Amino acid sequence: MRRRRELGRGVAVVGAGMSKFGMFSDKDSKYLFVEAFKEMLSTVDKGLNPKDIDALYLGNFTNDFFVHQGHWGPIISDLIGLTPKPATRTEGACASSALAFREGVFAIASGFYDMVLVGGVEEMSKRNTEEVTQGLAMAASPYEVKVGFTFPGVFGAMATAYFAKYGASREHLMNVTIKSHNNARLNPKAQYNVSIREIMNQKIEKAKEKGNPIPTWRDEKEFLRDPGANPVVAWPMHLYDCCPISDGASCVLLVAEEISRDFTDIPLHVVGIGQGSGKGLHAKEDLTYFEATRYAAEEAYEMSGLKPEDIQIAEVHDCFSIAEILHLEDLGFFKPGEGYKAVEEGLTKLDGAKPINTSGGLKCKGHPVGATGTGQLVEIWKQLRGEAGERQVPIKNLRIGATHNLGGTGGTCTLTILERR
Amino acid sequence: MEVIPFNDISYERFLGEEKLMGSRCRKCGTLFLPPRAICIKCHSTKMEWVEMKGKGKLAAFTCIAIGPPFMTREGYDRKHPYVSGVVELDEGVKVVARIEGVNGSRPETIKIGTPLHVQFLHRGEGGNSTTFLAFRPL
Repeated sequence: MRRRRELGRGVAVVGAGMSKFGMFSDKDSKYLFVEAFKEMLSTVDKGLNPKDIDALYLGNFTNDFFVHQGHWGPIISDLIGLTPKPATRTEGACASSALAFREGVFAIASGFYDMVLVGGVEEMSKRNTEEVTQGLAMAASPYEVKVGFTFPGVFGAMATAYFAKYGASREHLMNVTIKSHNNARLNPKAQYNVSIREIMNQKIEKAKEKGNPIPTWRDEKEFLRDPGANPVVAWPMHLYDCCPISDGASCVLLVAEEISRDFTDIPLHVVGIGQGSGKGLHAKEDLTYFEATRYAAEEAYEMSGLKPEDIQIAEVHDCFSIAEILHLEDLGFFKPGEGYKAVEEGLTKLDGAKPINTSGGLKCKGHPVGATGTGQLVEIWKQLRGEAGERQVPIKNLRIGATHNLGGTGGTCTLTILERR
Repeated sequence: MEVIPFNDISYERFLGEEKLMGSRCRKCGTLFLPPRAICIKCHSTKMEWVEMKGKGKLAAFTCIAIGPPFMTREGYDRKHPYVSGVVELDEGVKVVARIEGVNGSRPETIKIGTPLHVQFLHRGEGGNSTTFLAFRPL
Protein backbone atom coordinates (compact mmCIF):
# COMPACT_ATOMS: atom_id res chain seq x y z
CA MET A 1 0.00 0.00 0.00
CA ARG A 2 1.09 3.53 -0.74
CA ARG A 3 1.84 5.65 2.30
CA ARG A 4 1.35 9.41 2.59
CA ARG A 5 4.14 11.22 0.72
CA GLU A 6 6.42 13.54 2.61
CA LEU A 7 9.69 15.37 2.03
CA GLY A 8 12.79 14.51 4.06
CA ARG A 9 13.16 18.23 4.75
CA GLY A 10 11.28 21.31 3.63
CA VAL A 11 11.97 23.04 0.31
CA ALA A 12 11.06 26.59 -0.69
CA VAL A 13 11.01 28.71 -3.85
CA VAL A 14 12.97 31.94 -3.36
CA GLY A 15 13.22 33.27 -6.91
CA ALA A 16 11.38 32.94 -10.22
CA GLY A 17 11.75 34.35 -13.71
CA MET A 18 10.70 33.88 -17.29
CA SER A 19 11.43 35.25 -20.73
CA LYS A 20 8.65 36.72 -22.78
CA PHE A 21 6.88 33.87 -24.58
CA GLY A 22 6.33 34.23 -28.32
CA MET A 23 7.64 33.46 -31.78
CA PHE A 24 11.08 35.01 -32.10
CA SER A 25 13.11 34.94 -35.30
CA ASP A 26 15.99 36.80 -33.63
CA LYS A 27 16.25 34.93 -30.30
CA ASP A 28 17.31 31.33 -29.77
CA SER A 29 16.48 29.22 -26.76
CA LYS A 30 19.83 29.92 -25.09
CA TYR A 31 19.19 33.64 -25.24
CA LEU A 32 15.68 33.14 -23.88
CA PHE A 33 17.04 31.13 -20.95
CA VAL A 34 19.43 33.99 -20.18
CA GLU A 35 16.41 36.33 -20.03
CA ALA A 36 14.63 33.99 -17.62
CA PHE A 37 17.74 33.51 -15.46
CA LYS A 38 18.41 37.27 -15.26
CA GLU A 39 14.85 37.92 -14.15
CA MET A 40 15.05 35.11 -11.58
CA LEU A 41 18.22 36.65 -10.09
CA SER A 42 16.46 40.02 -9.79
CA THR A 43 13.59 38.46 -7.82
CA VAL A 44 15.75 37.02 -5.01
CA ASP A 45 15.04 39.76 -2.45
CA LYS A 46 18.25 39.48 -0.43
CA GLY A 47 20.47 38.58 -3.35
CA LEU A 48 22.19 35.42 -4.54
CA ASN A 49 25.63 34.38 -5.63
CA PRO A 50 25.04 32.10 -8.65
CA LYS A 51 28.20 30.21 -7.63
CA ASP A 52 26.19 28.81 -4.70
CA ILE A 53 23.81 26.93 -7.00
CA ASP A 54 24.54 23.21 -6.53
CA ALA A 55 22.86 21.79 -9.62
CA LEU A 56 20.58 22.47 -12.58
CA TYR A 57 17.54 20.41 -13.62
CA LEU A 58 16.28 21.43 -17.04
CA GLY A 59 13.03 20.44 -18.72
CA ASN A 60 13.15 20.24 -22.50
CA PHE A 61 11.17 18.13 -24.94
CA THR A 62 11.69 18.84 -28.63
CA ASN A 63 15.32 19.93 -28.93
CA ASP A 64 16.47 16.67 -30.52
CA PHE A 65 13.92 17.03 -33.28
CA PHE A 66 13.68 20.80 -33.77
CA VAL A 67 17.19 22.03 -32.96
CA HIS A 68 19.03 18.73 -33.65
CA GLN A 69 20.79 18.95 -30.31
CA GLY A 70 19.62 16.70 -27.52
CA HIS A 71 22.12 17.28 -24.75
CA TRP A 72 20.77 20.63 -23.60
CA GLY A 73 21.40 20.40 -19.83
CA PRO A 74 25.15 21.11 -19.80
CA ILE A 75 24.84 23.63 -22.62
CA ILE A 76 22.44 25.76 -20.60
CA SER A 77 24.54 25.16 -17.47
CA ASP A 78 27.65 26.49 -19.26
CA LEU A 79 25.65 29.40 -20.67
CA ILE A 80 24.84 30.73 -17.20
CA GLY A 81 28.21 29.87 -15.65
CA LEU A 82 27.24 26.85 -13.57
CA THR A 83 29.76 24.32 -14.92
CA PRO A 84 31.22 22.07 -13.56
CA LYS A 85 28.11 21.71 -11.39
CA PRO A 86 25.86 18.86 -12.56
CA ALA A 87 23.12 19.48 -15.08
CA THR A 88 20.32 16.99 -15.75
CA ARG A 89 17.74 17.18 -18.50
CA THR A 90 14.23 15.90 -17.76
CA GLU A 91 11.73 14.83 -20.40
CA GLY A 92 8.01 14.56 -19.77
CA ALA A 93 6.73 16.03 -23.05
CA CYS A 94 4.80 19.24 -22.22
CA ALA A 95 5.34 18.55 -18.50
CA SER A 96 9.15 18.38 -18.79
CA SER A 97 9.93 21.26 -16.44
CA ALA A 98 7.39 20.15 -13.83
CA LEU A 99 9.50 16.99 -13.68
CA ALA A 100 12.66 19.12 -13.39
CA PHE A 101 11.01 20.89 -10.46
CA ARG A 102 10.21 17.58 -8.75
CA GLU A 103 13.76 16.32 -9.21
CA GLY A 104 15.08 19.56 -7.74
CA VAL A 105 12.74 19.26 -4.76
CA PHE A 106 13.80 15.65 -4.15
CA ALA A 107 17.49 16.56 -4.41
CA ILE A 108 17.16 19.18 -1.67
CA ALA A 109 14.69 17.22 0.46
CA SER A 110 17.11 14.29 0.53
CA GLY A 111 19.76 16.55 2.05
CA PHE A 112 22.07 16.16 -0.93
CA TYR A 113 21.91 19.77 -2.16
CA ASP A 114 20.93 23.09 -0.55
CA MET A 115 20.25 25.17 -3.62
CA VAL A 116 19.05 24.02 -7.03
CA LEU A 117 18.00 25.84 -10.18
CA VAL A 118 15.10 24.24 -12.05
CA GLY A 119 13.75 25.45 -15.33
CA GLY A 120 12.70 24.71 -18.85
CA VAL A 121 13.29 25.94 -22.34
CA GLU A 122 11.88 25.29 -25.80
CA GLU A 123 12.43 26.68 -29.26
CA MET A 124 9.63 25.76 -31.67
CA SER A 125 8.77 28.63 -33.99
CA LYS A 126 11.62 28.19 -36.45
CA ARG A 127 9.94 25.03 -37.79
CA ASN A 128 6.83 25.01 -39.96
CA THR A 129 3.46 23.90 -38.58
CA GLU A 130 3.75 20.47 -40.22
CA GLU A 131 7.12 19.81 -38.57
CA VAL A 132 5.88 21.05 -35.20
CA THR A 133 2.80 18.82 -35.46
CA GLN A 134 5.03 15.84 -36.26
CA GLY A 135 7.45 16.70 -33.47
CA LEU A 136 4.72 17.00 -30.84
CA ALA A 137 3.15 13.76 -32.04
CA MET A 138 6.26 12.07 -30.65
CA ALA A 139 4.47 12.35 -27.31
CA ALA A 140 1.18 10.79 -28.43
CA SER A 141 0.20 7.11 -28.37
CA PRO A 142 1.44 5.36 -31.54
CA TYR A 143 -2.04 3.86 -32.06
CA GLU A 144 -3.53 7.36 -32.17
CA VAL A 145 -0.91 8.67 -34.57
CA LYS A 146 -1.45 5.76 -36.97
CA VAL A 147 -5.17 6.45 -37.42
CA GLY A 148 -4.59 10.16 -38.03
CA PHE A 149 -5.08 11.68 -34.58
CA THR A 150 -3.24 14.95 -33.96
CA PHE A 151 -2.93 16.61 -30.55
CA PRO A 152 -5.92 18.91 -31.15
CA GLY A 153 -7.67 15.78 -32.48
CA VAL A 154 -7.23 13.82 -29.24
CA PHE A 155 -8.59 16.71 -27.18
CA GLY A 156 -11.33 17.30 -29.77
CA ALA A 157 -12.45 13.68 -29.39
CA MET A 158 -12.47 14.00 -25.60
CA ALA A 159 -14.60 17.13 -26.04
CA THR A 160 -17.22 15.23 -28.06
CA ALA A 161 -17.38 12.57 -25.34
CA TYR A 162 -17.71 15.30 -22.68
CA PHE A 163 -20.44 17.10 -24.65
CA ALA A 164 -22.39 13.85 -25.06
CA LYS A 165 -22.08 12.88 -21.40
CA TYR A 166 -22.80 16.24 -19.77
CA GLY A 167 -24.73 18.30 -22.33
CA ALA A 168 -22.06 20.95 -22.80
CA SER A 169 -21.34 22.50 -26.20
CA ARG A 170 -18.81 24.56 -28.15
CA GLU A 171 -20.40 27.69 -26.72
CA HIS A 172 -19.10 26.71 -23.27
CA LEU A 173 -15.56 26.29 -24.58
CA MET A 174 -15.73 29.87 -25.87
CA ASN A 175 -16.07 31.11 -22.28
CA VAL A 176 -12.63 29.64 -21.54
CA THR A 177 -11.07 31.31 -24.58
CA ILE A 178 -12.58 34.73 -23.83
CA LYS A 179 -11.40 34.58 -20.21
CA SER A 180 -7.86 33.50 -21.19
CA HIS A 181 -7.54 36.44 -23.55
CA ASN A 182 -8.91 38.90 -20.97
CA ASN A 183 -6.26 37.73 -18.48
CA ALA A 184 -3.39 37.66 -20.98
CA ARG A 185 -4.25 41.23 -21.95
CA LEU A 186 -2.85 42.18 -18.53
CA ASN A 187 0.30 40.05 -18.88
CA PRO A 188 3.15 41.75 -20.76
CA LYS A 189 5.02 38.40 -21.00
CA ALA A 190 2.13 36.75 -22.87
CA GLN A 191 2.40 35.83 -26.53
CA TYR A 192 -1.15 37.12 -27.20
CA ASN A 193 -1.68 39.85 -24.64
CA VAL A 194 -4.81 41.05 -26.31
CA SER A 195 -8.52 40.47 -25.63
CA ILE A 196 -10.87 38.88 -28.17
CA ARG A 197 -12.70 42.23 -28.32
CA GLU A 198 -9.45 43.97 -29.27
CA ILE A 199 -8.71 41.35 -31.94
CA MET A 200 -12.20 41.96 -33.38
CA ASN A 201 -11.59 45.72 -33.45
CA GLN A 202 -8.21 45.22 -35.15
CA LYS A 203 -9.81 43.07 -37.84
CA ILE A 204 -12.59 45.61 -38.37
CA GLU A 205 -10.02 48.42 -38.75
CA LYS A 206 -8.04 46.35 -41.23
CA ALA A 207 -11.16 45.62 -43.28
CA LYS A 208 -11.93 49.38 -43.38
CA GLU A 209 -8.38 50.20 -44.49
CA LYS A 210 -8.45 47.66 -47.28
CA GLY A 211 -11.97 48.58 -48.33
CA ASN A 212 -13.19 45.05 -47.62
CA PRO A 213 -16.70 44.29 -46.28
CA ILE A 214 -16.77 45.26 -42.59
CA PRO A 215 -17.49 42.34 -40.24
CA THR A 216 -20.61 42.77 -38.12
CA TRP A 217 -19.90 40.53 -35.12
CA ARG A 218 -22.15 41.63 -32.24
CA ASP A 219 -20.05 40.05 -29.52
CA GLU A 220 -17.05 37.80 -28.88
CA LYS A 221 -19.03 34.59 -29.30
CA GLU A 222 -20.31 35.65 -32.69
CA PHE A 223 -16.69 36.28 -33.69
CA LEU A 224 -15.66 32.83 -32.41
CA ARG A 225 -18.58 31.21 -34.29
CA ASP A 226 -17.43 32.81 -37.58
CA PRO A 227 -15.56 30.09 -39.52
CA GLY A 228 -13.66 32.80 -41.43
CA ALA A 229 -12.27 34.26 -38.20
CA ASN A 230 -12.03 31.02 -36.23
CA PRO A 231 -11.52 28.04 -38.56
CA VAL A 232 -11.69 24.37 -37.55
CA VAL A 233 -8.41 22.68 -36.60
CA ALA A 234 -9.82 19.37 -35.31
CA TRP A 235 -13.52 19.71 -34.65
CA PRO A 236 -14.71 20.81 -32.13
CA MET A 237 -11.27 22.41 -31.57
CA HIS A 238 -11.02 25.61 -33.57
CA LEU A 239 -8.08 27.99 -33.93
CA TYR A 240 -9.03 29.92 -30.77
CA ASP A 241 -9.36 26.71 -28.75
CA CYS A 242 -5.70 25.86 -29.31
CA CYS A 243 -2.48 27.06 -27.72
CA PRO A 244 0.06 28.57 -30.14
CA ILE A 245 3.54 27.47 -31.20
CA SER A 246 5.95 29.29 -28.90
CA ASP A 247 9.54 29.90 -27.89
CA GLY A 248 10.36 30.64 -24.28
CA ALA A 249 12.21 29.85 -21.08
CA SER A 250 11.48 29.95 -17.37
CA CYS A 251 13.20 29.00 -14.13
CA VAL A 252 12.76 29.01 -10.36
CA LEU A 253 15.30 28.80 -7.57
CA LEU A 254 14.81 26.16 -4.87
CA VAL A 255 16.54 26.15 -1.50
CA ALA A 256 16.26 24.15 1.71
CA GLU A 257 13.51 25.64 3.86
CA GLU A 258 15.92 26.14 6.79
CA ILE A 259 18.00 28.66 4.78
CA SER A 260 15.14 30.18 2.77
CA ARG A 261 14.91 33.31 4.96
CA ASP A 262 18.52 34.13 4.05
CA PHE A 263 17.19 34.93 0.59
CA THR A 264 13.77 36.46 1.14
CA ASP A 265 11.23 37.24 3.83
CA ILE A 266 8.53 35.74 1.60
CA PRO A 267 9.64 32.25 0.55
CA LEU A 268 7.00 30.03 -1.00
CA HIS A 269 6.98 26.62 0.60
CA VAL A 270 6.55 23.46 -1.48
CA VAL A 271 3.73 21.78 0.45
CA GLY A 272 2.40 19.33 -2.13
CA ILE A 273 3.77 17.58 -5.19
CA GLY A 274 2.09 14.81 -7.12
CA GLN A 275 2.74 13.05 -10.38
CA GLY A 276 0.78 10.42 -12.28
CA SER A 277 0.93 8.66 -15.61
CA GLY A 278 -1.92 7.70 -17.90
CA LYS A 279 -2.95 5.53 -20.83
CA GLY A 280 -3.85 6.22 -24.45
CA LEU A 281 -7.39 7.12 -25.53
CA HIS A 282 -8.41 3.53 -26.33
CA ALA A 283 -7.46 2.27 -22.87
CA LYS A 284 -9.21 5.00 -20.87
CA GLU A 285 -12.13 3.80 -18.81
CA ASP A 286 -13.86 7.10 -19.44
CA LEU A 287 -12.98 9.66 -22.11
CA THR A 288 -13.95 12.66 -19.99
CA TYR A 289 -11.13 12.70 -17.45
CA PHE A 290 -7.39 12.13 -16.98
CA GLU A 291 -6.56 9.41 -14.47
CA ALA A 292 -2.97 10.75 -14.26
CA THR A 293 -4.23 14.15 -13.06
CA ARG A 294 -6.53 12.57 -10.51
CA TYR A 295 -3.68 10.47 -9.15
CA ALA A 296 -1.25 13.43 -9.04
CA ALA A 297 -3.88 15.54 -7.28
CA GLU A 298 -4.64 12.86 -4.69
CA GLU A 299 -0.95 12.54 -3.91
CA ALA A 300 -0.38 16.31 -3.62
CA TYR A 301 -3.52 16.96 -1.56
CA GLU A 302 -2.73 14.11 0.80
CA MET A 303 0.86 15.26 1.26
CA SER A 304 -0.18 18.86 1.96
CA GLY A 305 -3.20 18.03 4.09
CA LEU A 306 -5.12 20.44 1.87
CA LYS A 307 -8.38 19.96 -0.01
CA PRO A 308 -9.28 21.23 -3.48
CA GLU A 309 -11.31 24.06 -1.89
CA ASP A 310 -8.18 25.26 -0.06
CA ILE A 311 -6.44 26.04 -3.37
CA GLN A 312 -7.11 29.75 -3.84
CA ILE A 313 -5.61 30.18 -7.29
CA ALA A 314 -4.28 27.80 -9.94
CA GLU A 315 -2.56 27.61 -13.28
CA VAL A 316 -3.83 24.54 -15.17
CA HIS A 317 -2.61 23.01 -18.42
CA ASP A 318 -5.05 24.50 -20.95
CA CYS A 319 -3.31 23.32 -24.12
CA PHE A 320 -6.86 23.27 -25.51
CA SER A 321 -9.99 24.97 -24.18
CA ILE A 322 -11.66 21.65 -23.30
CA ALA A 323 -8.56 20.65 -21.32
CA GLU A 324 -9.06 23.52 -18.85
CA ILE A 325 -12.60 22.31 -18.10
CA LEU A 326 -11.49 18.69 -17.65
CA HIS A 327 -8.66 19.73 -15.29
CA LEU A 328 -11.01 21.85 -13.14
CA GLU A 329 -12.96 18.67 -12.52
CA ASP A 330 -10.01 16.27 -12.16
CA LEU A 331 -8.38 18.58 -9.61
CA GLY A 332 -11.61 18.52 -7.59
CA PHE A 333 -12.33 22.25 -7.94
CA PHE A 334 -15.72 21.37 -9.40
CA LYS A 335 -17.67 18.11 -9.67
CA PRO A 336 -17.47 16.04 -12.88
CA GLY A 337 -19.81 17.63 -15.40
CA GLU A 338 -19.89 20.93 -13.48
CA GLY A 339 -16.65 22.49 -14.77
CA TYR A 340 -18.19 24.11 -17.83
CA LYS A 341 -20.97 25.60 -15.73
CA ALA A 342 -18.46 27.10 -13.27
CA VAL A 343 -16.62 28.76 -16.16
CA GLU A 344 -19.92 30.05 -17.57
CA GLU A 345 -20.82 31.54 -14.18
CA GLY A 346 -17.51 33.40 -14.12
CA LEU A 347 -16.13 31.57 -11.06
CA THR A 348 -12.75 31.10 -12.78
CA LYS A 349 -12.31 34.72 -13.87
CA LEU A 350 -9.65 36.99 -12.37
CA ASP A 351 -12.16 38.33 -9.84
CA GLY A 352 -14.04 35.04 -9.42
CA ALA A 353 -14.06 32.71 -6.44
CA LYS A 354 -11.41 30.42 -8.00
CA PRO A 355 -9.22 32.36 -10.46
CA ILE A 356 -7.73 30.00 -13.07
CA ASN A 357 -4.89 30.81 -15.46
CA THR A 358 -4.50 34.45 -14.49
CA SER A 359 -1.42 34.52 -16.75
CA GLY A 360 -3.60 33.88 -19.79
CA GLY A 361 -2.74 30.20 -19.66
CA LEU A 362 -1.05 28.19 -22.38
CA LYS A 363 -3.68 29.47 -24.80
CA CYS A 364 -2.55 33.09 -24.62
CA LYS A 365 0.63 33.26 -22.57
CA GLY A 366 2.09 30.69 -24.98
CA HIS A 367 3.26 27.10 -24.68
CA PRO A 368 6.99 26.59 -25.25
CA VAL A 369 6.41 23.06 -24.03
CA GLY A 370 9.48 22.44 -21.87
CA ALA A 371 9.23 25.91 -20.31
CA THR A 372 5.55 25.69 -19.39
CA GLY A 373 5.73 23.87 -16.04
CA THR A 374 8.11 26.29 -14.37
CA GLY A 375 6.44 29.14 -16.29
CA GLN A 376 3.22 28.31 -14.45
CA LEU A 377 5.12 28.48 -11.16
CA VAL A 378 6.39 31.96 -12.07
CA GLU A 379 2.77 33.15 -12.25
CA ILE A 380 1.87 31.61 -8.88
CA TRP A 381 5.06 33.15 -7.42
CA LYS A 382 3.95 36.59 -8.59
CA GLN A 383 0.35 36.18 -7.40
CA LEU A 384 1.15 34.78 -3.94
CA ARG A 385 3.67 37.59 -3.36
CA GLY A 386 1.22 40.24 -4.56
CA GLU A 387 3.44 41.18 -7.47
CA ALA A 388 1.15 40.36 -10.40
CA GLY A 389 0.41 44.01 -11.17
CA GLU A 390 -2.77 44.71 -13.10
CA ARG A 391 -3.78 41.06 -13.02
CA GLN A 392 -3.29 40.60 -9.26
CA VAL A 393 -6.29 38.65 -7.99
CA PRO A 394 -8.38 40.53 -5.40
CA ILE A 395 -8.38 37.65 -2.89
CA LYS A 396 -7.67 38.70 0.70
CA ASN A 397 -5.11 36.64 2.60
CA LEU A 398 -3.92 34.88 -0.57
CA ARG A 399 -1.66 32.06 0.65
CA ILE A 400 -2.10 28.91 -1.43
CA GLY A 401 -1.63 28.43 -5.14
CA ALA A 402 -1.18 25.41 -7.40
CA THR A 403 0.10 24.49 -10.82
CA HIS A 404 -1.11 21.59 -12.93
CA ASN A 405 1.08 20.47 -15.85
CA LEU A 406 0.18 17.80 -18.42
CA GLY A 407 2.49 16.00 -20.84
CA GLY A 408 1.48 14.32 -24.08
CA THR A 409 -2.18 13.45 -24.24
CA GLY A 410 -2.30 12.88 -20.49
CA GLY A 411 0.65 10.50 -20.24
CA THR A 412 2.32 12.60 -17.57
CA CYS A 413 0.41 14.88 -15.18
CA THR A 414 1.61 16.80 -12.13
CA LEU A 415 0.17 18.98 -9.40
CA THR A 416 2.37 21.29 -7.35
CA ILE A 417 1.08 23.27 -4.36
CA LEU A 418 2.93 26.32 -2.98
CA GLU A 419 2.17 28.08 0.30
CA ARG A 420 3.07 31.53 1.55
CA ARG A 421 3.34 31.43 5.35
CA MET B 1 3.49 -24.71 -31.49
CA GLU B 2 5.14 -21.32 -31.35
CA VAL B 3 2.93 -18.60 -29.95
CA ILE B 4 2.56 -15.45 -32.07
CA PRO B 5 4.04 -12.65 -29.94
CA PHE B 6 1.49 -10.32 -28.36
CA ASN B 7 2.88 -7.12 -29.83
CA ASP B 8 2.16 -4.32 -32.28
CA ILE B 9 3.92 -6.08 -35.16
CA SER B 10 1.59 -9.08 -34.88
CA TYR B 11 -1.41 -6.76 -34.41
CA GLU B 12 -0.53 -4.91 -37.63
CA ARG B 13 0.01 -8.17 -39.55
CA PHE B 14 -3.41 -9.39 -38.49
CA LEU B 15 -4.94 -6.10 -39.68
CA GLY B 16 -3.32 -6.79 -43.06
CA GLU B 17 -5.18 -10.13 -43.06
CA GLU B 18 -8.41 -8.26 -42.23
CA LYS B 19 -8.50 -9.61 -38.70
CA LEU B 20 -8.97 -7.38 -35.67
CA MET B 21 -7.14 -9.33 -32.99
CA GLY B 22 -6.82 -8.67 -29.28
CA SER B 23 -5.42 -10.66 -26.38
CA ARG B 24 -7.20 -12.19 -23.41
CA CYS B 25 -5.70 -13.03 -20.05
CA ARG B 26 -6.03 -16.75 -19.49
CA LYS B 27 -5.97 -16.22 -15.73
CA CYS B 28 -8.54 -13.47 -15.13
CA GLY B 29 -10.23 -13.24 -18.53
CA THR B 30 -9.59 -9.52 -19.14
CA LEU B 31 -9.60 -8.62 -22.83
CA PHE B 32 -7.15 -6.15 -24.40
CA LEU B 33 -7.18 -4.39 -27.75
CA PRO B 34 -4.59 -3.76 -29.15
CA PRO B 35 -3.08 -6.91 -27.59
CA ARG B 36 -0.99 -6.73 -24.44
CA ALA B 37 1.66 -9.28 -23.43
CA ILE B 38 1.09 -8.58 -19.73
CA CYS B 39 -2.35 -8.43 -18.14
CA ILE B 40 -2.54 -5.00 -16.49
CA LYS B 41 -5.27 -6.27 -14.17
CA CYS B 42 -3.63 -9.36 -12.61
CA HIS B 43 -0.11 -9.16 -14.13
CA SER B 44 -0.34 -12.67 -15.55
CA THR B 45 1.63 -13.23 -18.76
CA LYS B 46 -0.50 -16.14 -19.92
CA MET B 47 -2.39 -14.60 -22.83
CA GLU B 48 -4.35 -15.93 -25.78
CA TRP B 49 -5.34 -14.36 -29.10
CA VAL B 50 -8.99 -13.45 -29.60
CA GLU B 51 -10.62 -12.16 -32.78
CA MET B 52 -13.08 -9.29 -32.42
CA LYS B 53 -16.40 -9.43 -34.23
CA GLY B 54 -15.78 -5.92 -35.56
CA LYS B 55 -19.01 -4.34 -34.38
CA GLY B 56 -19.38 -1.46 -31.99
CA LYS B 57 -20.52 2.13 -31.52
CA LEU B 58 -18.92 5.55 -31.77
CA ALA B 59 -17.65 6.76 -28.37
CA ALA B 60 -15.81 9.96 -29.45
CA PHE B 61 -14.64 11.57 -32.68
CA THR B 62 -12.89 14.54 -34.23
CA CYS B 63 -12.93 16.00 -37.75
CA ILE B 64 -9.33 16.89 -38.55
CA ALA B 65 -8.69 19.79 -40.93
CA ILE B 66 -4.93 20.01 -40.36
CA GLY B 67 -3.47 16.51 -40.51
CA PRO B 68 -0.09 14.82 -40.80
CA PRO B 69 1.60 14.41 -44.22
CA PHE B 70 0.41 10.80 -44.71
CA MET B 71 -3.20 11.97 -44.45
CA THR B 72 -2.80 15.04 -46.68
CA ARG B 73 -1.28 12.73 -49.31
CA GLU B 74 -4.62 10.89 -49.34
CA GLY B 75 -6.25 14.19 -50.33
CA TYR B 76 -7.47 15.40 -46.94
CA ASP B 77 -7.12 19.12 -46.14
CA ARG B 78 -8.96 22.06 -44.58
CA LYS B 79 -11.76 21.75 -47.13
CA HIS B 80 -11.88 17.95 -46.83
CA PRO B 81 -11.39 16.99 -43.18
CA TYR B 82 -11.09 13.33 -42.24
CA VAL B 83 -12.59 11.76 -39.15
CA SER B 84 -10.74 9.85 -36.43
CA GLY B 85 -12.53 8.38 -33.47
CA VAL B 86 -12.78 6.02 -30.54
CA VAL B 87 -15.02 2.99 -31.03
CA GLU B 88 -16.45 0.93 -28.21
CA LEU B 89 -16.74 -2.66 -29.42
CA ASP B 90 -19.50 -5.10 -28.51
CA GLU B 91 -16.83 -7.07 -26.61
CA GLY B 92 -16.49 -4.09 -24.23
CA VAL B 93 -13.05 -2.84 -25.26
CA LYS B 94 -12.32 0.44 -27.05
CA VAL B 95 -10.07 1.08 -30.03
CA VAL B 96 -8.94 4.18 -31.95
CA ALA B 97 -9.69 4.10 -35.67
CA ARG B 98 -10.43 6.14 -38.73
CA ILE B 99 -14.15 6.71 -39.21
CA GLU B 100 -15.28 6.32 -42.82
CA GLY B 101 -18.64 6.94 -44.45
CA VAL B 102 -19.39 10.11 -42.47
CA ASN B 103 -19.07 13.75 -43.55
CA GLY B 104 -16.12 15.42 -41.81
CA SER B 105 -17.27 18.81 -43.08
CA ARG B 106 -20.58 18.41 -41.24
CA PRO B 107 -19.66 17.28 -37.72
CA GLU B 108 -23.15 18.10 -36.46
CA THR B 109 -24.40 15.09 -38.48
CA ILE B 110 -22.04 12.67 -36.70
CA LYS B 111 -23.56 11.24 -33.52
CA ILE B 112 -21.95 9.57 -30.52
CA GLY B 113 -23.47 6.11 -30.11
CA THR B 114 -23.82 5.46 -33.87
CA PRO B 115 -23.51 1.69 -34.60
CA LEU B 116 -20.39 0.93 -36.67
CA HIS B 117 -18.67 -2.01 -38.27
CA VAL B 118 -15.04 -2.60 -39.09
CA GLN B 119 -13.35 -1.81 -42.39
CA PHE B 120 -9.72 -2.44 -43.31
CA LEU B 121 -8.05 0.22 -45.45
CA HIS B 122 -5.04 -1.16 -47.32
CA ARG B 123 -2.60 1.49 -48.48
CA GLY B 124 0.75 1.33 -50.30
CA GLU B 125 2.43 -1.63 -51.94
CA GLY B 126 5.13 -4.20 -51.17
CA GLY B 127 7.37 -3.26 -48.26
CA ASN B 128 5.53 0.05 -47.85
CA SER B 129 2.08 -1.48 -47.53
CA THR B 130 0.11 -0.89 -44.37
CA THR B 131 -3.45 -1.39 -43.21
CA PHE B 132 -5.41 1.26 -41.37
CA LEU B 133 -8.14 0.21 -38.99
CA ALA B 134 -11.39 1.98 -39.83
CA PHE B 135 -15.05 1.75 -38.90
CA ARG B 136 -18.12 2.90 -40.80
CA PRO B 137 -21.84 3.20 -40.01
CA LEU B 138 -23.82 -0.01 -40.50
